[in-house]
Amino acid sequence: MLKYIVKRLILFVIVIFGVVTVTFFLSHVIPSDPVGAILGENAPQELVEKIERQLGLDLPLGQQYTRYIKGLINWNFGISLRTQKQVSEDMRVYFPATIELALFALFIAIIFGISIGIISAVKRNLLPDNISRVFSLVGISMPAFWLGLLFILILYYHLGLIPAGGRLSPHISPPPMVSGLYLLDSLIAGQFKTFWDALYHLLGPALVLGWIQTAYICRVTRSSMLEVLNEEYIRTARVKGLKEKIVIFKHAFRNASIPVLTMIGISFGYLLEGSVLTETVFGYPGLGRYAVNSFLSLDLNAVIGSVTLIAICYALSNLIVDLLYVALDPRIKY
Amino acid sequence: MVRENLQNWITSWNKKHSSEISDFKEAVYLIRKSPLTIVGLSIILMLIIVAIFAPYIAPYDPITMHLDNRLAPPSKAHLLGTDELGRDILSRIIYGAGIALKIMIIVLAIDLPLGILLGLIAGYFGGWIDEIIMRLSDIFMAFPRLILAMAIGTALGPNLRNTMIAIALTMWPVYARLARGETLSIKERTFIEAEKALGTSNLKILVFNILPLCLSTLIVRATLDMGNIIRIAAGMSFLGLGAQPPTPDWGLMISTGRKFLISQWWVPTFPGFAILLAIFGFNLLGDGIRDISDPHLRRGRQ
Repeated sequence: MLKYIVKRLILFVIVIFGVVTVTFFLSHVIPSDPVGAILGENAPQELVEKIERQLGLDLPLGQQYTRYIKGLINWNFGISLRTQKQVSEDMRVYFPATIELALFALFIAIIFGISIGIISAVKRNLLPDNISRVFSLVGISMPAFWLGLLFILILYYHLGLIPAGGRLSPHISPPPMVSGLYLLDSLIAGQFKTFWDALYHLLGPALVLGWIQTAYICRVTRSSMLEVLNEEYIRTARVKGLKEKIVIFKHAFRNASIPVLTMIGISFGYLLEGSVLTETVFGYPGLGRYAVNSFLSLDLNAVIGSVTLIAICYALSNLIVDLLYVALDPRIKY
Repeated sequence: MVRENLQNWITSWNKKHSSEISDFKEAVYLIRKSPLTIVGLSIILMLIIVAIFAPYIAPYDPITMHLDNRLAPPSKAHLLGTDELGRDILSRIIYGAGIALKIMIIVLAIDLPLGILLGLIAGYFGGWIDEIIMRLSDIFMAFPRLILAMAIGTALGPNLRNTMIAIALTMWPVYARLARGETLSIKERTFIEAEKALGTSNLKILVFNILPLCLSTLIVRATLDMGNIIRIAAGMSFLGLGAQPPTPDWGLMISTGRKFLISQWWVPTFPGFAILLAIFGFNLLGDGIRDISDPHLRRGRQ
């Protein structure tokens, strides 16, 4: 098992190295002209050359690559042409927003996904099961950006239950930075008004992402529970006269939980991806929206920075899932 | 005499293919038993018919502008209203079906052969070539799909063709891995040993003995991915990194219609229903086919 863990960690390092390399080459074969995109077509040649020098775009590709790797080790991606700030500085502001959104959405998805999944399995082929199956099939088929627009139309415009967008109301200032998660930081600082406002703003995007992930977790919980409920030991437990509650939660769900845990890990990756679309729709100032804006304005350094960060998080969540799997399932031996 | 011959031929054909026939019959039976699969299949058939006969079904041209009739609400003349350039939304949705299907088919037409080729090579020959292909697939799988597709799409320039290439490049590892796994298990079987002993070339073994056995697994996986492909393509168009105006692409329609969400809700809302319906149909079908092809689940259903 130790051998597997070491092997998996080495693979993780190789993958991260590959990821940053792929990102670099992808962004440097862009045939479109990033400097031109920023300055406009009629920019004087000197200015273009000056900025190209500043960005190191005049160097040969190999040298640019070593420069990039060196910068990466110091977590330095250079300056964003769009915001005129250090990319790492920008990301320090936007990244916690995305993490907060993803964790909150995951929280919703775990609570609803697992409980609906269990009910669905226990009431198999009855009305609650059919409702939840249709609900989760619609969920996994839902384009996140469109669901976000529907939420804005109905929950914001018609019902006034959620704000139009953003992370805090304009008149409320962010809590003092500790973790960067507004919910946590405002509680630490004891600013309950800020806490409620942050929660209020999280609700829309988190419900969109949460519903979609609820659907995935619910499906996995249901099928995993169904498999376990067919086992002999469940029948034995029932024959012994144990309460149905104990049979379901203690005997069945415990054994059904490994695929569910895996799905939760995979969900976290999906959430990072979904945040790109959801944040754009809700105008939520997170890493996803930052990435999209960088792509659209061909802001090279910011593109590389955000893609690298997202890919590292994604690879990290895969690593954790793999390790958890080994730790939890006694049947697996590597 | 002729009739007898034909009868004989049919009987012998039936005998020879009896296992396939019973498999097929069983599959049809299982599909008929599962109403959700039927619903999925019907949605997709409808989608295909709409896509093929779009010019005959659509009441208006999807591209021509009618600036005097901008943002008209749904009415008898325009069932789903018109957009910001006076184009009939229903007609654009109808033409969009073909685009969504085209993206899906082309992505799979690139990915299935590419994945199979790499997977067969990796699984059959093993060694360093296997190592390279697998590590490369690890790296490609380390990106969330949409992010990688966005990066490739931007690098190549945002348009529909590049969207397809970008999505295809993000999905091949799945097929390569599946094909490799199948190849690894098939390779060990005795009939492959026998072929080798007879001196059959590696190429022949790969194409005639291993490939046909991998195919069903890969096709099941492809059906499960169809909805995903449509969703990623829609997402890219929505972000402005995919199809460009005036293409009647569903994602793009939502993207340009977004400005009118509050005042003219029908503009971005209806194309979304089309995306949802299409993905829903493919997911239902994919689920159904997976259940049918998985003997373990088959038992679970009884």
